[in-house]
Amino acid sequence: MTTTTSTTPPRAAAGPATTRNGLRRVGVLARAELRLLVRNRTALFNALALPPLTMALFTAAGGVGDAADDVVGPVLLNVLTLMSLTFVVYYNLTVAYVARREELVLKRYLVGESSRAEILAGAAVPAVVVALAQAVLGVVAVSVFLEPPAFVNPLLMVLAVVGGSVMLTALAAATSGLSRTVESAQLTTLPLLFVALPFAGIFGGPGSSSGVFDTISTFTPLRPITDLMMLGASGIDGDGQALTFVETLAAARVPLGVLIVWTFVGVLAARRWMRWEPRR
Amino acid sequence: MTSEPIVHVRGARRRYGTFEAVRGVDLDVHRGELVALLGTNGAGKTSFVELVEGLAPSDGGTVRVLGHDPYRERRQIVGSLGIMLQSAGFSGDLTVIETARTWAGTLSRSRPVDVVLDAVNLVHRADVRVASLSGGEKRRLDLALATMGDPEVLFLDEPTTGLDPESRRATWRLVQGLLAAGTTVLLTTHYLEEAEELADRIAIMQAGRIVRSGSVADIVAAEPARVELVVRNAAGRPVVPTVGDLPSLEGVVGVPEIDRVGRLRLRTTSLQDDLFTLLQWADARQLRLDDLDARSASLEQAFLAMDGAGSGAHTDDTTEVAA
Repeated sequence: MTTTTSTTPPRAAAGPATTRNGLRRVGVLARAELRLLVRNRTALFNALALPPLTMALFTAAGGVGDAADDVVGPVLLNVLTLMSLTFVVYYNLTVAYVARREELVLKRYLVGESSRAEILAGAAVPAVVVALAQAVLGVVAVSVFLEPPAFVNPLLMVLAVVGGSVMLTALAAATSGLSRTVESAQLTTLPLLFVALPFAGIFGGPGSSSGVFDTISTFTPLRPITDLMMLGASGIDGDGQALTFVETLAAARVPLGVLIVWTFVGVLAARRWMRWEPRR
Repeated sequence: MTSEPIVHVRGARRRYGTFEAVRGVDLDVHRGELVALLGTNGAGKTSFVELVEGLAPSDGGTVRVLGHDPYRERRQIVGSLGIMLQSAGFSGDLTVIETARTWAGTLSRSRPVDVVLDAVNLVHRADVRVASLSGGEKRRLDLALATMGDPEVLFLDEPTTGLDPESRRATWRLVQGLLAAGTTVLLTTHYLEEAEELADRIAIMQAGRIVRSGSVADIVAAEPARVELVVRNAAGRPVVPTVGDLPSLEGVVGVPEIDRVGRLRLRTTSLQDDLFTLLQWADARQLRLDDLDARSASLEQAFLAMDGAGSGAHTDDTTEVAA
């Protein structure tokens, strides 16, 4: 004990340093979560191997179809991004939130100085970093091995990965609240993985889908990620038109709006369903 | 910051649906003091302490810690609090030192991690995964995290449950060290010995209310002493006296109990006088008082007496008020 006086005044609130402290706490929590990810082989496999394997399988199964050469890269890049966002961010994170809750770790952090948002973000950072890294590696890979995509609007690609991560983090927090155990998270994550994914627009390049199915799928949670990736990487819109940088911005309004709405829904759902300690 | 209590609670209430777990609690804890909250399981200790820790809003009354509402103004005081919950977990795949460093990293001010681990005797286990720790070691790690930030106010919810006697004493020494350095502590326990060892004041909680509070001496003094003996004649045969046979005893509480073999039990508020009277009475009749046992009340006895009163109070509120 270094304190010798018994008349220390109460410590002042952090004040202007709050944000910096908040970031520091997220960093510390993220480092612990990264260690846990590295020590959990199942989660590590899901994070590192599943997305590239899926991309390889997709190619081998002829998923690219008869897409034009300059679209093959963006299509594969999009498959990789969707897989890493759904499996690394959404699925792994749902499981991680459930595990931390059931082992009473969330409750412990909650009594400390970290806010709820910081605790959730801390756990999410490693997953989001892995997803981002895979997207970057994917960009490098398709540029080296295939006809390099046009990358008309890289900003939209960043928005697809970062915005998708935020949305799926919120949805993961909500889904964790509906999962009693780590095992039941395998079921509760199914709706997004197996209902939303087919609507994500992976199958078939741009312009190949139309009609009611396409209209419906435009408003599903994963579709804006595809739309933004394709717009950003190839500059080709849903009708097969090649767009300029400025035109891609205009075309991105709908998918961005859909992404924002789903993020908002995710945050509301997380506030409604997320639980911080096991049900007694 | 002069005479304002560090913890100030008036009429605190907490409900779960229709069940009211905390039913109007008043409690003050002053700077540098340790107050022990005693009660049986289900008395509402944890439900109440969670209000003071700011983990739940109170459903009535006033709760202030360091002058703030601990739930609504938690941000302003959380850096000054150390909280050891009854049940908080660890990630089993992190080592002791990783767990401690992570926690220290989330604090606005932290003592050196190795010093804190040393204080709970966990340095030699620093590189062990938490999943491999014993229950007692986990509890000590819990205590290490709660004291890591050099808190001004420390809340300990059953800190020594599951510890072996040696670790329990080590924990007491640690808490006493913190008290000596000026830390204010609110502790819950159901070990009476722990309360006697550490507490400046005790509050006994029952069915959501504090039914008695004061120093150990105050609480014990209010409880009658006990006398127990078996009456035999000069030949050593048991004699079964009736209550009417007994001398008049000044301080006796209730009616003395006499069973079939002549064992007499009574409770008295003036042990010395009544014992003297009994001895004189036996001497004059040439009776022997075997197994004579006369003792002042202990905290345990005071506690059990209250618990007996309390178990009736679950169904009838008015008797509880009387208790």
